[in-house]
Amino acid sequence: MVSKITIEDVYKSLEQVMDPEIPVLNVLELGMITSVTMTDNGAEVHMIPTFAACPAVTYIQRNIREKLEADLHISVTVIVDKHIAWESNRISPEAKEKLSAFGIAPPRKVLNGVSEELFVAVPCPHCGSTDTYLRAPFGSTLCRAIHYCKSCGQIFEHFKPLD
Amino acid sequence: MLNKALTDLLTKMADDELILGHRNSEWTGLGPVMEEDIAFSSMAQDKIGHAWALYNIMEEKQLIGQSADMFAFCRAEKDFKCSHLVELPNAGYDFSLMRHFLFDHAEAIRYESLQDSSFEPLQHLSKKVKGELKYHTLHANAWVMQLGKGGEESYDRMQTALNEIIGLAAGIFEPSKDYEDILIAEKVYPGEKELYTRWLESIYPVLVKSSLNLPDMAGLTPGYGGRQGKHTAYLAPLLKEMGEVFNLDVDANW
Repeated sequence: MVSKITIEDVYKSLEQVMDPEIPVLNVLELGMITSVTMTDNGAEVHMIPTFAACPAVTYIQRNIREKLEADLHISVTVIVDKHIAWESNRISPEAKEKLSAFGIAPPRKVLNGVSEELFVAVPCPHCGSTDTYLRAPFGSTLCRAIHYCKSCGQIFEHFKPLD
Repeated sequence: MLNKALTDLLTKMADDELILGHRNSEWTGLGPVMEEDIAFSSMAQDKIGHAWALYNIMEEKQLIGQSADMFAFCRAEKDFKCSHLVELPNAGYDFSLMRHFLFDHAEAIRYESLQDSSFEPLQHLSKKVKGELKYHTLHANAWVMQLGKGGEESYDRMQTALNEIIGLAAGIFEPSKDYEDILIAEKVYPGEKELYTRWLESIYPVLVKSSLNLPDMAGLTPGYGGRQGKHTAYLAPLLKEMGEVFNLDVDANW
């Protein structure tokens, strides 16, 4: 039974594990999974949190384990990888589109470190205007900032670039 | 000897973050505007997260003979190594903001230096938190500059806050009598004296842009003592409040 389960099966199952704070993105799209290895009696999944103090880490760890165990009937260990630091460039381009459709402006690609420019004229996810300004670098969760769109008069959230 | 030195360094860093994190969290629900309420609450969460990571390194590397939680919440006051700066009550927003500016620049400088640390867990942690700290200094700089140039009263209050706490902030860089040399020799970190210089270089340009005057640092008495376990009268009640729920049942499973 165990031998039939492949790494691909594990990844397929991981696609169903959503981030609790951004329910349209799964843990793979957010770049939270660093590696998967098959062991004698199951699978070992290595993951990283987006922010060091992310309160959802143990919750996500448990969700991954429970989902894989239910789907694949193998024993699963989820390890938080301390050797790799999460950065916003790990979010896939498709995931950025989904974020925008969900109403959260995605982070721009970080090229030379995070600078103030990445917060200027962030396109509004509601109307697409770039006539916007940063209202506060902190928002409803650790990974979000708050912006204001002058064109449509709406407040919107921005997934912060992080390097 | 090196283990004792590492424990000393990690403890003072973690205690600063835990206590200031607690102070920041006291702004939750009371911030002058909603965005600032959220900012201080978010930074509180970040700080306590950093403290948690540091206590965990000590637990994992067996530097402390107990769990990270027990170490964080069940020590005697004299065993805390936080600086006096972080112990003081929030007072007004001017004071809190200036403390946040001075402390977070110091913290950013410290973690930046740890990216080359010979102690690997600190190296990894510093890479993890550097991006987060950018948001803290960005926030602090933006407000210090806005309020420094925000009219007479605003300027006065920021300059007064700076004058009042700059000496306490210099106390962050109190060198350890016993462990400073070995930590520098073993390339764990560059030492307090060096960090102090880098800190001044980091805050000075922002103060200039804010039209605020950095007091003459040579004439100041730095607020030393915290690293030796000698604290202000404000720490004991804070520790009692902070550990109140935990101490109801220390063996409870959270």
